[in-house]
Amino acid sequence: MIDTLLSSLGHVFTLTHLLFMIVGIFTGLLVGIIPGLGGIAGMALLLPFLYGLDPGYALGMLMGLVAVIPTGDTFASVLMGIPGSSASQATVLDGFPLARKGQAARALTSAFLSSLCGGVIGAIILTGFILIARPLVLAFSSAELFVLTLLGLTMVAVLSGGNLFKGTAACGLGLLVGAIGAAPATGEYRMNLDIDYLYDGIPLIVVGLGIFALPEIVELLLSRGSIAKDGHAHLGKGWSTGIKDVFKNKWLVARCAGIGSLVGTIPGLAGSVVDWITYGFALKSAKDPSQFGKGDIRGVIAPESANNACACGAMVPTLLFGVPGSGTAAVFLGGLLLLGLEPGVSMITTHLDMTYTIIWSLALANILGAGLCLVLARPVAQLTRVPFAILAPAITILILFAAYQASRSLGDWVALGMIGMIGVLFKSAGWSRPAFLIGFVLAPGAENYFYQSMQFHGAEAFLRPGVLIILGLILLAFFLPVIRKAIIRRDQTHDAIEAAPSPQEDVLASRGFGGIDALLLTMMAVVSLWALYDVRDLMPLGKAFPTLAAFITLVSVIAVIFNGWRRGMIRVQQPTFKALGVMLGFFILIGVSALQGFVTTALLFCLGFQLFIARKSAKFAGLFTLGVAVFLLGMQSVMNLHYPTGLLDDVVLPMISLR
Amino acid sequence: MSNTLGLSKHRNLKHRNVKCTSFKRMSLKHSLKTVLACLLPVMGVLPLSSVAHANVEVPDTLTWTVPFGVGGGTDVWARFMSNWVTQDLPGQPTVVIDNVPGGGSITGVNLFSKRADADGDEMIVTSASTQYPAMLRDRRVRYHYADWELILAAPTGGVVYASSSLGQDSDSVLKKLASEEVKFAGQTPTGLEMPVLMAFDMLGFKISPVFGMKSRGEGRLAFERGEVALDFQTTSAYKSNVTPLIEAGQAVPLFSLGMMNEDGHIERDPSFPDLPTFSELYLAQSGHSRNDEAYQIFHKFFASGYAMQKMLLVPKDVDPQLLEQYRQAARTLADDPAFLKEAEQKIGPYKLMVGQKAAAHLQSAMQLSETQHEWVKQWLMERHHIRLQSR
Repeated sequence: MIDTLLSSLGHVFTLTHLLFMIVGIFTGLLVGIIPGLGGIAGMALLLPFLYGLDPGYALGMLMGLVAVIPTGDTFASVLMGIPGSSASQATVLDGFPLARKGQAARALTSAFLSSLCGGVIGAIILTGFILIARPLVLAFSSAELFVLTLLGLTMVAVLSGGNLFKGTAACGLGLLVGAIGAAPATGEYRMNLDIDYLYDGIPLIVVGLGIFALPEIVELLLSRGSIAKDGHAHLGKGWSTGIKDVFKNKWLVARCAGIGSLVGTIPGLAGSVVDWITYGFALKSAKDPSQFGKGDIRGVIAPESANNACACGAMVPTLLFGVPGSGTAAVFLGGLLLLGLEPGVSMITTHLDMTYTIIWSLALANILGAGLCLVLARPVAQLTRVPFAILAPAITILILFAAYQASRSLGDWVALGMIGMIGVLFKSAGWSRPAFLIGFVLAPGAENYFYQSMQFHGAEAFLRPGVLIILGLILLAFFLPVIRKAIIRRDQTHDAIEAAPSPQEDVLASRGFGGIDALLLTMMAVVSLWALYDVRDLMPLGKAFPTLAAFITLVSVIAVIFNGWRRGMIRVQQPTFKALGVMLGFFILIGVSALQGFVTTALLFCLGFQLFIARKSAKFAGLFTLGVAVFLLGMQSVMNLHYPTGLLDDVVLPMISLR
Repeated sequence: MSNTLGLSKHRNLKHRNVKCTSFKRMSLKHSLKTVLACLLPVMGVLPLSSVAHANVEVPDTLTWTVPFGVGGGTDVWARFMSNWVTQDLPGQPTVVIDNVPGGGSITGVNLFSKRADADGDEMIVTSASTQYPAMLRDRRVRYHYADWELILAAPTGGVVYASSSLGQDSDSVLKKLASEEVKFAGQTPTGLEMPVLMAFDMLGFKISPVFGMKSRGEGRLAFERGEVALDFQTTSAYKSNVTPLIEAGQAVPLFSLGMMNEDGHIERDPSFPDLPTFSELYLAQSGHSRNDEAYQIFHKFFASGYAMQKMLLVPKDVDPQLLEQYRQAARTLADDPAFLKEAEQKIGPYKLMVGQKAAAHLQSAMQLSETQHEWVKQWLMERHHIRLQSR
């Protein structure tokens, strides 16, 4: 075995292999940095080259691509609050607030260094683990997967920020939105309003952009500042602070990487829960968690060290069983099939050398990719200084661009606008947006694995040793920090009081009530009642889950109202008219794009924005618009993308004759 | 577009139109003149066009719409085939693969059906998950196979196997399956597993299926975990992942689905010559014949989902001579030893189906009579409690 290991290492470090890998890494970073593209677009770019290449080299290229996708998307998450892919949702929670504080460089540096460490740790674990992984993967049945999904859902309690019932209501709404589309057990379509677009459900990227990115843009547009609110002077210094942060939290990195690589090995779950689990873990294990969600560096380090490790772990089910553990792994599996490699047991018997080449390429690509990003972090962080009025149209176009790539349907934009409205309302009334997203992401898993485990094992599903172990871990995760805190509090009472969030803030979070709260509560109640009505005729297995989700939402709504009534509400102002005005503008932009075509609308919008809203010179506006044009048309021809065309596009674009 | 003269009239028009707009940009004043100047030659060509396709040339770029995501099974198949098909075409055109995923392939095919013109440069790649919704009259389907001509179809086979806990040899397992209820992990009752589920029923197996698997691979994982005792895999996955289980004595192969011969009859799968086919087992039972309603329906879904699983088609109004050139290339390819060698490793050891016969098989497979459709509806309702939401 040592021989195989060494010979694979030797192969990884040959010049040709390195060159191909670097091609893969650059492609991966490119599609990672641009939100909405991700692994699939990267594969589409590389496929023509992969074909007919020596499998060893082709694998290098593929591994370069696969390894750096969860690294590159951190740029958009931290700098713009855009969750680039499913692997970077939790990073947004603290990464973007850090950027707002003027600490973008620090956040990026920490993120990339943790990615690097996570990836390498993951690869090291994988080296030994892959040989003995078969029984472990087989030990995870649907029952264990269900309990793990539950673990992800309990993070709602951690992330709901002061008002538990608002959190569960948000989560319930997320579960409902996640249940749109075909029921896994019966194939019946639910809550689709007879709209073709909704038959597949709403894509994750659209929900992520709507709930996180759009509200931030709206706020920044209204405040007309730059992303970095203060601390311009510190921008450059963040680099060394970021590195120090990682070393200070080295055990957190190690633990999260460990969790990441183990959860990654479980097929069917991986990417979607791992960053929430590790984020919750970091939050729970912190002595002072008050800054989480407002810009705590540990909130960046934990998910980032986990998601690269998770990409390594996801290789286990992909290679051993041909069942991809994550979206990226699915892309990788496609690449393997194209090379004529059929995954299976032979990957650890006859093709062990190939497997080790894959693992070590993964480690090396992680080091090179994250290293490259580390170098880029400092200059790119300067972007947060650019006045937002200039950046705003670019980010708006970028979000539209990203959302449309999800399923290339105008429905993507409408859904984006709708979810964006929810996001704006949530943000202005202090409801938990992560809770909504967690509900949405975990809805299919929770439903599917619950049915499957009940059908496979009956009630005994919850008595399986694996299930009991995970349930024990959940309890431990929740109660250990509480007990530890209680002990600490008894020892040094005054320290704890100092660390607690200011009472004023706390009271407002739990007892404040305003017009938007009322609006949201009404909306949620109406949506849940409608959902109950919509699924009334389905088969029991098809309607059980949406019914449950609707009840969770309804009960939470009632609890919020009851709680407020019992403890006394404090009237608060929740100004949102301006924000809703911006959203109206956004819908108009969508409508015009749909009518006259995306490219011309985007260019006219940029030009008009710079001239009349940002009041820049004509020269600047022209150059800016040209830049956007180059980006959109360049992407179109390089990546073979499609944009919505329309009356004006059909006339103008043939003139530029790129199509 | 070097050979404008040789192209059909549609192509010619398109070409001129592009020119028109680029002229416009040069000078707005002369735009009217330019439009006239553009139109005149087109008008001149119109009466000639009936003569013009005496010598139809293959376009230099072919666009294949693949209604699935990059890296999926059908995408990989299309990319593999695109390299070979073009080799046997005059001028060796370039193939551009356009992935339009969504709705389990319905979205992309609907779009193709609406937009594609019959110039012969636009083709569609389909799979079982495109064929089945059309046969089941899914509400979202807005395409008809009758609108297209088949260029080639590629088959795949599959094998049903059981856990050795049910018995050491296939006879004892088959006996047990008739009396004991056994679980089977599937994706959806209306997907690729539908004919397999029908086969279980027709052989009298008592199956309680668990749906919601995301792939056949997940079904196999459930088998390996011991959650289900019966499973089905298509040929390539069976060879790499199930053969080791059989060698280890954990699994027993029961039957293959078989393969369709040129006359449309099911015979033994060339990959598994020692395994009986489902048809053999079914027809061996007393009172069963090929004319049974159930068998006929099974045969249709087997033909469109397995024997002709992946297809390359072109709009039917394409120039007949062009179509003949495409079909000739497919025929040449089907017998090309170099292709066969590489195809065996990458897409399976089956012979391509080409020509008029294949087209006829496709046509008969895709047509479900009213009573047959009603039978499927009833079967789904009674056996799987699924209400088919059809047009």
